[in-house]
Amino acid sequence: MIASHLPVLQVVMSLVAAPLCMVLHRGRPAWLLSVAVSWASLACAVALLLQVIDDGAVTYAFGGWAAPVGIEYRIDILNGFVLLIIAAISAVVVPYSLRSAADEIAPERLWLFYAVLNLLLAGLFGIAITGDLFNVFVFLEISSLASYALVSLGRDRRALTAAFRYLILGTLGATFILIGIGLLYAATGTLNMADIAVRVQGQLDSRTILAAFAFLTVGISLKAALFPLHSWLPGAYAYAPSAVTALLAATATKVAIYLLLRMVFLFGPDFIYEELPLSEVIVTLALLGVLSGSAAALLQTDVKRLLAYSSVAHVGYMLLGIGLGGMLGLGGGIVHLFNHAMAKGAVFLAVGCIVLRVGSSELASLQGIGRRMPWTMAAFVIAAFSLIGVPLTAGFIGKWYLVLAAMERGWWWVAAALLVAGALSVLYMWRVVEQAYFHEPHPANADAAEAPLSMLVPLWVLAAASVYFGIDTSLNAGLAARAAAVVLGIAP
Amino acid sequence: MLAFLLVIAVTIVLQHSLIAATMLAGFFSLLMALVFVLLDAVDVAFAEAAVGAGITAMLLLGTLGLVGADERVTRRRPWLPLAVTFAAAAMLVYGTLDLPLLGDPQAPAYTHVAPYYLEFGAIETGVPNFVTAVLASYRGYDTLGELFVILTAGLGVLAMLGLRGAGSGSHAGGEGEISMTHHPILRVIAKLLIPFILLFALYVQFHGESGPGGGFQAGVLFAAAFILYAMVYGASNARRVVSAPMLYMLMAAGVLLYAGTGLASLWYGANFLDYGVFAGDFVSGQLVGIFLVELGVGIAVAATMITIYLAFAERRVE
Repeated sequence: MIASHLPVLQVVMSLVAAPLCMVLHRGRPAWLLSVAVSWASLACAVALLLQVIDDGAVTYAFGGWAAPVGIEYRIDILNGFVLLIIAAISAVVVPYSLRSAADEIAPERLWLFYAVLNLLLAGLFGIAITGDLFNVFVFLEISSLASYALVSLGRDRRALTAAFRYLILGTLGATFILIGIGLLYAATGTLNMADIAVRVQGQLDSRTILAAFAFLTVGISLKAALFPLHSWLPGAYAYAPSAVTALLAATATKVAIYLLLRMVFLFGPDFIYEELPLSEVIVTLALLGVLSGSAAALLQTDVKRLLAYSSVAHVGYMLLGIGLGGMLGLGGGIVHLFNHAMAKGAVFLAVGCIVLRVGSSELASLQGIGRRMPWTMAAFVIAAFSLIGVPLTAGFIGKWYLVLAAMERGWWWVAAALLVAGALSVLYMWRVVEQAYFHEPHPANADAAEAPLSMLVPLWVLAAASVYFGIDTSLNAGLAARAAAVVLGIAP
Repeated sequence: MLAFLLVIAVTIVLQHSLIAATMLAGFFSLLMALVFVLLDAVDVAFAEAAVGAGITAMLLLGTLGLVGADERVTRRRPWLPLAVTFAAAAMLVYGTLDLPLLGDPQAPAYTHVAPYYLEFGAIETGVPNFVTAVLASYRGYDTLGELFVILTAGLGVLAMLGLRGAGSGSHAGGEGEISMTHHPILRVIAKLLIPFILLFALYVQFHGESGPGGGFQAGVLFAAAFILYAMVYGASNARRVVSAPMLYMLMAAGVLLYAGTGLASLWYGANFLDYGVFAGDFVSGQLVGIFLVELGVGIAVAATMITIYLAFAERRVE
């Protein structure tokens, strides 16, 4: 019986955990509840994905009203995979947050932190799982508001300006998305995505549909931090509490990229790749994002900010996959969603460990930290290898597919740009490694000890995953290929 | 009326006094509500008037109390943002040019899902106001989501400002407080109005099935009465009635009532938010479910709005 209600439990567990955190009103019980919920969510996501692999798409009708009259959840391989990414990251980051958040957030606000954290997760799950376009918007609002609030909880006062900037730009993005949804409703009379996908065919040349597509694309690109709409990202990631940065970097932009993939499904691959010059536009912007993000990362003096710019670059990789299209391009983009989540999650968790012990994420204060915190830095280096895309790490697979996809279309300049970006990423990661291992310890970290086990274990889980999924690629690359087939409408 | 809206919008942009801009924004919302009435969307008009012209204006005034009422004038002319804005507006106009005409019965929006609601809404849910039927039952899950959006906003304000008596204790209370008790006219009018606003809120809450309104509007009205009291008699007097923990509990209770109704459906073996199982026959079950979720919305919205207002009102410039 419970198996048939898994889709709703996936979201409602996190949703209900938020008011329960308010009732508990203390940090530690709220944390315990959040850990329980995040692990149950992971179990739920795994069970759902297995159901989808066995029986095809799973649907769930709210209130018993069949779509399109009611709202439905619809899980196929693509969003089942995205749900798994979010759930896996949250199951690792929420336990980690106990020590990290207690260090960075005032004790009387900890329950608030966990309440809002659960809302963020519920919002992300809700966007990924739903088959209803307006429902996407509702949960987008939940996750966006929650992420602004979480960023503002950072210990630096600059977190407030960063959160405000994020709020203004995020709200603009959300408004564009809402306008797009409104126009689509006016043109099709329905909000159900599968229903829209059927009903837009035959009127794809109408101005309404074109405008709806434009507004949705721009709005979602803003949320995904596609170059040049990424200016909110570095500040938000740099000043948010460490656990929040890891969670946002590993999941939030991924969900926006998932929405872009859904757009391909909504309007049909022919419309996106044949009728519009979108391929060229997205590939150009994505490459500019990859190069400018990597170059900006080279100039940073703060590790969190450096990694944030690296995120701008990696968002570029994923969007490049969408822009290139085809099984290889989309598959590469989708598999990079997973691999980047693991590796970027791991490096931000490592930085969180350093912030706990050193009290700063300035590059200079990291001098000689490799000797003080050997386990933390070792995990950082492993994850950094994956971000660079060294063979036998997970990060290699996505980039390899992207190069292949570019060659397949004969766009050798894309492949060349990817090589340059790879070299840049070696350089910016080397700056961190050089500080950590090839300097005498800085006075700032003179009494820094190794991070506590409750933080090291989550960190190593993600670092190990970054290597494991580079060697055994059947799970991530296999699922990504099937998800790409779903996007292209080849498989149901 | 639309031309008037445009004039007000331009005036707001050019206005340097933020208090005047706030007043104009409230006026804008009121006009917008009238436009909605002309379009026969009374429920939306009601919400727009209560939220846009009511609560929002109060919250903006509360913010101005903290940050000062004059805009800092910058010399820089933001040409690029202006160009981008006009490009987006042009795109919007372009996109709407081949939309069906207003009220065209052949428009897709009126021929696909909407007729179903009109035809079966009242029969299947037992609720004469089909807007309520759509919001609370057919698309009840969206409404649950919206309620959580409001909760998130409330928690976000608390994360930044906090409430006195909730542990943070960093606020100066009492003396610096704005109250208008020395204005006898305001005092008397407020005393006269508050009971009627509360009564009207209750009417809207429990009459939402048959007339315009429902839990959302009722919650906002209820909060408005409370905020009016807090404005005239001072926040600390208002706080004697509601403590911070009690407000938090009410916020949580409201959303839990809604989500709990959904979970109760699971318990009875139906899908989430399927109210049909709550009573012997389907339609009575729907009425029970709609009543419960509307009540949850009312409680949570009222508690959240009051919390947000108090968080602003109790924060003094440091």
